Amino acid sequence: MAYSDKVVEHYNNPRNVGSLPKEDPNVGTGLVGAPECGDVMKLQMKINPETQVIEEAKFKTFGCGSAIASSSLATEWVKGKTVEEALSIKNTDIVRELSLPPVKIHCSVLAEDAIKAAIGDWKKKHGIEVPVAEKVAH
Amino acid sequence: MAVKLPIYMDNHATTPVDPRVVDAMLPYFTEKFGNAASRNHSFGWAGEEAVETARQQIASLINATPKEIIFTSGATESDNLMIKGIAEMFREKGNHIITQAIEHKAVLDTCKRLEKDGFEVTYLPVQKDGRVNLDELKAAIRPTTILITIMYANNEIGIINPIAEIGKIAKEHGIFFASDGVQAVGKIPVDVQKDNIDLLAISGHKIYGPKGVGALYVRRRNPRVQLSAIIDGGGHERGMRSGTLNVTGIVGLGKACELCQQEMKEEAVRLSGLRDRLKKGLEAKLDEVFINGSLEHRLPNNLNMSFAYVEGESLLMGINDIAVSSGSACTSATLEPSYVLKALGVGEDLAHTSIRFGLGRFNTEEEVDYVIDKMVQVVTKLRELSPLYEMAKEGIDISKMKWQTA
Repeated sequence: MAYSDKVVEHYNNPRNVGSLPKEDPNVGTGLVGAPECGDVMKLQMKINPETQVIEEAKFKTFGCGSAIASSSLATEWVKGKTVEEALSIKNTDIVRELSLPPVKIHCSVLAEDAIKAAIGDWKKKHGIEVPVAEKVAH
Repeated sequence: MAVKLPIYMDNHATTPVDPRVVDAMLPYFTEKFGNAASRNHSFGWAGEEAVETARQQIASLINATPKEIIFTSGATESDNLMIKGIAEMFREKGNHIITQAIEHKAVLDTCKRLEKDGFEVTYLPVQKDGRVNLDELKAAIRPTTILITIMYANNEIGIINPIAEIGKIAKEHGIFFASDGVQAVGKIPVDVQKDNIDLLAISGHKIYGPKGVGALYVRRRNPRVQLSAIIDGGGHERGMRSGTLNVTGIVGLGKACELCQQEMKEEAVRLSGLRDRLKKGLEAKLDEVFINGSLEHRLPNNLNMSFAYVEGESLLMGINDIAVSSGSACTSATLEPSYVLKALGVGEDLAHTSIRFGLGRFNTEEEVDYVIDKMVQVVTKLRELSPLYEMAKEGIDISKMKWQTA
């Protein structure tokens, strides 16, 4: 399969690879996917509780090149955004940016899920209710 | 010496045509282009002579007689013909067929079609090492069983089945034994007499011959095997396979078989040496790698390995100057991980991380060393990126975790 230049670029130079301390109250962790499906994404964000701005984002992904690129792009996009802004990122935005073919759309869905899951985890730590619309549907 | 890139190491999928095979074929495109069925002029005679030479070369490789070789368009057709041909011819005698879980799709899908047509098919499971269990085979035999079809060697994991034992069981029960010999013929000694094989499917392009040509061995004596044709027409190939013979392709297949017979012994030693070098090199530099399938009963040119915590397609993307294949779902048309590895009991998580290396006649030691270095480099990089590797290193048992599956 031929990959788009942007997917190849993210695969070769993934942004923000790594981990943040899970126990830090300001860190939200999202772990989505499953090994038997061939895709697992871990997305972590450090969020300022005062401003609700995402100050840092890190990821690790087990999956195909498109999954790696989707999560790498997600970390780039959420950094500097507020929680509200990050939640408005749609998987279709990722599909467009990376020119993902139809068989790879699930990679972008997983990345959107990872953003929601990480923010949901952070909200839970801060006793903020997670609206149904933001819950990761499975 | 610098290695020429890209490196081809996917010789179970197809092989390049040996230049000596090309040379043998060339005159049959232009000068000796006659139809082998033209009985009344020299063009036809030249074609027929070439076809008979090829029949002899193929028969010799598998210890058969030339009259027992039928030419086809490839092994998929041969598999179809041997299974459907027996099923139709002997349906009065019985409607039960025995095969096994990790056959090639050309066999499995043929059996599935026959099931729709009223046949009953037993798909034997395989052992952890990928081979058929003989007791399970014996237990599956019924009074209505007319055919056992089990591959000689598997195309993904390279395991070799106990063919002589299976042939003996089939013969004792008076059941026909058909075998998909695509990966084995020309790579390891195959003897249809010793193995009691009644039907054997052969492909040209897996043994350094051309694509689009194959053969089917059909036993003529003890017992004489009769088949219903699946292609009707001019009655070529003793009525079993109509259609003008692909003389050029057949010449190539014959020459390829001749070369295999002459060089197989040395080539097997050389390839198993390269394979072991590859295996040792990878195992020395990477942890958590697993061999899929029996190492003892294995084709000399096959290595199938899982690189835990690294997804196969992303691995292929990183080694894009090396042609190999993966059992990962993302690399298959069906988006399912390899059914072969699944049948062996390899977990789906590890199936996604598998790579098949298929060494061939033209691979060198330098290429193997390049592949080792590149694999180590990319696997290491992707493991740094893998949340699963991180969790495993933290001591978390991934198999016991609750995953949110879609």
